Amino acid sequence: MDQLTWTGTAGTLLLPLLQIALLALALGLVAKLLFVLAGLDGPRLPSADGTIAARSPGDFASLGIRYSFFAAVAAIFFMLAAGAVMPSPVEAGILGAMAVRFWPVWAALAATFVLSLRFRRRLGLYGKLFDSTVGMIGFAIVMFWVFTAIFADVIVTHDAFAQLSGLKNKPPGIAAPDSAYGWYLLGGDHLARDVFSRMVMGAREVLKIAPAATLFAFMVGITLGLPAGYFGGRLDTVISFLANLVLAFPVILLFYLLVTPEIRNTGIPVVLAALLFIFPIIFLTVLFNSRFYTDPTKRNIYVGLTLLIGLWAYSGLAFNRDPLGIWSMQPNMLNVFVSVVFVNSPGVFRIVRGLVMDIKARDYVAAGQTRGEGPWYIMLWEILPNARGPLIVDFCLRIGYTTILLGTLGFFGLGVSPDSPDWGSTIDDGRKLLNLFPHPAVTPALALMSLVLGLNLLADGLREESLKD
Amino acid sequence: MGLFVLRRLGVMLLTAIALTFVVFYLTNLPPNLEKLARTEGSVRMTDEAVADWIVKNGHSGSVFLRYGQWLGVVPGWTYTDEKGQSRGRCFQIGEDAAAAPRFCGILQGNWGYSTFFKSPVAASLGEKLAATGWLMLAVMLVMVPTSLLLGVLSGMREGSATDRTLSTFSIATTATPEYVSGVILVALFATASTGISPLLASYGLIEPNKTLFLASATSAMDDITFWNFTLPVMTIALYGIGYIARMTRASMTEVMTQQYIRTARLKGVTFRNVVLKHALRNALIAPFTVIMLQFPWLLNGVVIVESLFNYKGFGWTLVQAASNNDIPLLLACSVVAVVVVLLTQLISDIGYVFLNPRIRLA
Repeated sequence: MDQLTWTGTAGTLLLPLLQIALLALALGLVAKLLFVLAGLDGPRLPSADGTIAARSPGDFASLGIRYSFFAAVAAIFFMLAAGAVMPSPVEAGILGAMAVRFWPVWAALAATFVLSLRFRRRLGLYGKLFDSTVGMIGFAIVMFWVFTAIFADVIVTHDAFAQLSGLKNKPPGIAAPDSAYGWYLLGGDHLARDVFSRMVMGAREVLKIAPAATLFAFMVGITLGLPAGYFGGRLDTVISFLANLVLAFPVILLFYLLVTPEIRNTGIPVVLAALLFIFPIIFLTVLFNSRFYTDPTKRNIYVGLTLLIGLWAYSGLAFNRDPLGIWSMQPNMLNVFVSVVFVNSPGVFRIVRGLVMDIKARDYVAAGQTRGEGPWYIMLWEILPNARGPLIVDFCLRIGYTTILLGTLGFFGLGVSPDSPDWGSTIDDGRKLLNLFPHPAVTPALALMSLVLGLNLLADGLREESLKD
Repeated sequence: MGLFVLRRLGVMLLTAIALTFVVFYLTNLPPNLEKLARTEGSVRMTDEAVADWIVKNGHSGSVFLRYGQWLGVVPGWTYTDEKGQSRGRCFQIGEDAAAAPRFCGILQGNWGYSTFFKSPVAASLGEKLAATGWLMLAVMLVMVPTSLLLGVLSGMREGSATDRTLSTFSIATTATPEYVSGVILVALFATASTGISPLLASYGLIEPNKTLFLASATSAMDDITFWNFTLPVMTIALYGIGYIARMTRASMTEVMTQQYIRTARLKGVTFRNVVLKHALRNALIAPFTVIMLQFPWLLNGVVIVESLFNYKGFGWTLVQAASNNDIPLLLACSVVAVVVVLLTQLISDIGYVFLNPRIRLA
């Protein structure tokens, strides 16, 4: 079996095309910047006789940028598409073969987009997201990684932990004669494992923790931020001081103090978990209680169910004492999770507090107070729904930030098992030989970057659309 | 104004005390002390010997009292063993206990002895801080002008192609943490096998088997050159550039929609003059705060980049102190970090009031 090329058969034609397009794109961007700086850029104004004046040089540069960009995208698309129809990875090339491996993701993405675009007018803010190009691109990237995490078992070409002899630090496309698939698509790492499969499994590791940790941080931040902003006074002063305390800590120092094997023996993570994990239960209990206060049967059902499931999960997650043994968390996983929630909550708290202070001066809040609504009903059912726009945007940004934080932890080797395929620790493993073999480190780096970029673009699109209301 | 600053200073002091206490508590947890006893004494010590070592070396007793000793407001510990030999916080074994000062914490300038560097903390940390200072200076010199320029350029015509291109660039850089951009930059510019270095070498622009930039900044400790310092500086700066540029852009677009800008335009002032003379000054108030508040994040960047590029500065020291259980050094590092963070917060608050005449403090 031969070593694979990047682009396979289709590449012989398309690769020079792509190079030309990228060169033109780079030239266009530089020219545009120069024209803007030189003042040769501007809107086309009508000349004296009413006809439209000639395009400015900046306009031509913009056109050049646009068309070369489309050409480059088309070239890449056809490379991937050509790879998908080729019979074997040899003709498909590395890119084409990877495109084939990701087929469940493409199918799921296509289904999501067709359905969402079809019914977007009935889907509220989510549907409006599809009016913004930036938001749509961001959503596509994020969903790509989400589906990758879900279908990781189908996508991987090798076991993420399996080592094949002779493939240590080998370049992308190397033939792996001992395996069923036959190639290491993105090469081997320093322990002769498949970089591609580890990257795919890493998506699962990252997406298992980041959204959940962000959600918990939001529960904590909202439960504390609502009363602090609404009541103000001494309560606000105390909680704000504590929040500022955590925010003034350099994150890495906090991680080095909070995520260590020694600290697990002292039980501090469990205490923190006990403290932080109680907030979602408080939040949901108060939420249902304030809403169904007037209808005791309904209230009892909702609050009872919340308490039952919540405390069951709580006993398992925080103390690892679930009587049925369904909810549990590895000690080092709990340590990482709790620290990330702890670092994120004060930021959420500050945002919620600011939003509440702004919204509580509105007329509908005064109307609610006059009607005799209780403070918690006003906070949770009048103020919170009206603050959802900025909060959703911040949620997306914060998942990205949490992903970065988790990567930082992995990068410093804190709280993860040594052979974990998560992106942060793979980057850390790869950087030691970065000068000689960049591919093991660059692959997870690009993956992490694209996920966070997708989340940021998604947040941008959501912000744009929610401002239109 | 005076009262405001005073109150802020009071809160700052309280915050600093609370933060250093938290660090002290977390670094002096029993498992850490046991580890310290085993590294300082011997690895094969029995549990009783470890407990004994901890008592003999002043690590027992209330954590508040030990914190007070470290701070220098509680008299330092002394211990006299059965042979009548006394040791204590403020004097070496064999020195006269009566002649030693009673208080010796950081308030008296005693930062302790680093078990990792085998030297006094103050001296070794000062040297590392100077190295990081140069790095920070270079980062600021690159980051601030670039980000302000990008922000103003994209903010002056909201929605234009320039704006969209530069905004995409800013979003992309803020989405790239230092450990990712560092790895990508090294792969692009500093390896002899990939990226552009082999290309440049084949054109004869650089010597064969040399790289455009160096992937290690250790040599920059003695001699900073373009060759060895570019990549670390760019890695830290890139992240900040996107963030500050986005803030500047937001502030600039807001200013450009103001009435006085329209008036100036209608008066016939050229666009260039409107931007430079009318808009710019008002648009730069918000970014000032952002730049100041960027310092804590730079601290993170410094830690990552110094480990990645093996530049022995403050961040590298922090990592070494934390992974080698060097308690006095870690405490000193955290004091530095906390002071930097709090000072920048104070400066940004006061500076904001000075720059923005609309804000008055009673």
